[in-house]
Amino acid sequence: MSTLSYILEKGRSVPHHAPWPRAIADADLWTSAMRALSEGGLVLLGLWGEGSAVHMALLDEPAGTIGALSLEGLDSAGYPSVAQSHPPALRLERAIRDLTGLEPQDLPDSRPWLDHGRWDLRHPLGERGSALPEVSPYAFLRAEGEGVHQIPVGPVHAGIIEPGHFRFTANGETVVRLEERLGYVHKGTEALMAGADLSRGAQLAGRVSGDSTVSYAYAFAQAVEAAVGLVVPPRAIWLRALMAELERLANHVGDIGAICNDAAFPLMLAHCGVLRERVLRASNAAFGHRLMRDRIVPGGVASDLNDDGAAGLRSLLAEIRRRFPPLVELYDNTTSLQDRTVGTGRLRAELAREYGAGGYVGRASGRGFDARQVLRYPPYDSLAFDVPVLNDGDVNARVWIRIREVEQSLSLVEQILDHLPIGPIFNAIPTVDDRREGIALVEGFRGDILVWLRLAPGGRIDRCHLRDPSWFQWPLLEAAIEGNIVADFPLCNKSFNCSYSGHDL
Amino acid sequence: MRKLLFGNLMRLPLTEPAPLPSDAAMEELANAVDTASRRRLGRSLSIRAVDAGSCNGCELEMQALNNPFYDIERFGIRFVASPRHADVLLVTGPVTKNMREALERTYNATPAPKWVVALGGCARDGGCFAGSYAVVGGVSKVVPVDLHIPGCPPSPTDILRGLLALLERASMGGRAS
Repeated sequence: MSTLSYILEKGRSVPHHAPWPRAIADADLWTSAMRALSEGGLVLLGLWGEGSAVHMALLDEPAGTIGALSLEGLDSAGYPSVAQSHPPALRLERAIRDLTGLEPQDLPDSRPWLDHGRWDLRHPLGERGSALPEVSPYAFLRAEGEGVHQIPVGPVHAGIIEPGHFRFTANGETVVRLEERLGYVHKGTEALMAGADLSRGAQLAGRVSGDSTVSYAYAFAQAVEAAVGLVVPPRAIWLRALMAELERLANHVGDIGAICNDAAFPLMLAHCGVLRERVLRASNAAFGHRLMRDRIVPGGVASDLNDDGAAGLRSLLAEIRRRFPPLVELYDNTTSLQDRTVGTGRLRAELAREYGAGGYVGRASGRGFDARQVLRYPPYDSLAFDVPVLNDGDVNARVWIRIREVEQSLSLVEQILDHLPIGPIFNAIPTVDDRREGIALVEGFRGDILVWLRLAPGGRIDRCHLRDPSWFQWPLLEAAIEGNIVADFPLCNKSFNCSYSGHDL
Repeated sequence: MRKLLFGNLMRLPLTEPAPLPSDAAMEELANAVDTASRRRLGRSLSIRAVDAGSCNGCELEMQALNNPFYDIERFGIRFVASPRHADVLLVTGPVTKNMREALERTYNATPAPKWVVALGGCARDGGCFAGSYAVVGGVSKVVPVDLHIPGCPPSPTDILRGLLALLERASMGGRAS
């Protein structure tokens, strides 16, 4: 019996939670799950709170299954902190504390995280209280020594990027410590979800992170459909994957160019920028929106692909297949570029595994998890693709993973176009008169996106939690930058390309 | 690299003709912008982008303006690294409460004459995030806005149209705060 099913079977099973089980734990079972996490038997997929309960989503990688475990009926004493034995939970627990007021006992770092003391209230997802009268300054961690100095950067940056604060402690050129402070773009999305109907829920989910709008809508829709037990028409299932692969293509080619640009090689940016624009235009022609926003909805998809759209996508494939290989060759053969990317920002494999790092961050450091492959959600169960894995863990490896994934996505788009079933693209969501819960894990371009939701009788959203892959990648960036020079931070940062909005929510 | 560079010599340019300034944007401008002169601004516009809580969708389309199709610099429009170099603040997002002070400070650091352009549905009134405890709800609640470019996100062409309208009005003599 797998570790996960053993733990879940010892808890009290929750009815109407699909497609994977959720169990209610007592403190002992919670602790044994914590032990399994810290020993590496399970991977933490998510940790969130509400009212008087905390939930964790767990992945049993060898068994290829996921599940959720909950502690309910919590009072002011709080719950045993997961982060004290499993560091990847730390920021999640700081966020739970800010949003719900639930106290993780013996939390190793009790500074607020998303709450900067600027809201008019505290604990928006729990028992709401009034804001503290004074904002205390954020206490950055200390690093001391002769010649050590601090470089504060952000929240407003020099480029067209999202806001966040980076506090570098440097010794000359060398970074001794990087500390991130995030939460600047916290929009209260999960509080807006509570009480919303499904179309508004899908709208909000699609705006958690702009570059992953397809993947978020995809994950949200799958969670809803699991909760109500709805079967989606085959054509819609295939069109969803088509959009997801186009989103991956656009982001990968754009970012490959942007990473090279940060290494003072704008030629790649110009050429990759052309390819990205081509993908966006073909997506616009095929689905009516450049980023394909609001095109995946619970029950199916909102716009069908016609012959012109499909022909446009086929010529896009032909163009990328013609233009991309010379760019890869250029990347591979330019020593000034390799000089900046090889060996830079190395992320150790043990850390990637411990943090359950998804996407190219994990796969460049030896962790081969890909939700499309491990969970085999349709239509990926009938498509052929490889998940590239490298072990170097540096900027160069992350670029190569993306190059390989571009090639895989091209093949997937082609397979989907070749075998796209005909038929309807939408099934109406049935009204269900009891509480239903659904969970979904979808592979976005950045990694696996988790959506968990509970629907109230009648179908409105009672609670919805959306977890971006960046939660587990941001801390790894802090680790990867150590010992590099300050000037290589843009390269390291861009090669991770963590989401701010998706993390801050 | 030589092969690529020579190949490019033989190809037609990707850059597309400039779009006409949109009428709606012009109309909004006519109300919002009154005084300032071509002499003070010239035919160039330096933009400082400020993400005040966007989902990053608007930023993606802003970045696209720099690609060879739109090549925004040919209009004298460029993105700059500091508000102190900027004529225009291009602000996105429903302005989160956590970003409000940073936006104010960025605005105050921008020398006059300056214009504020609110980009996207969220920047106008908070969009689908309006009413949240965590957002202010629209850029104009924090700093005065001269022009709004709608869309979720606006396409690069929409952004370019709006900026050209701003440029034309400004050179004819529009208000700058």
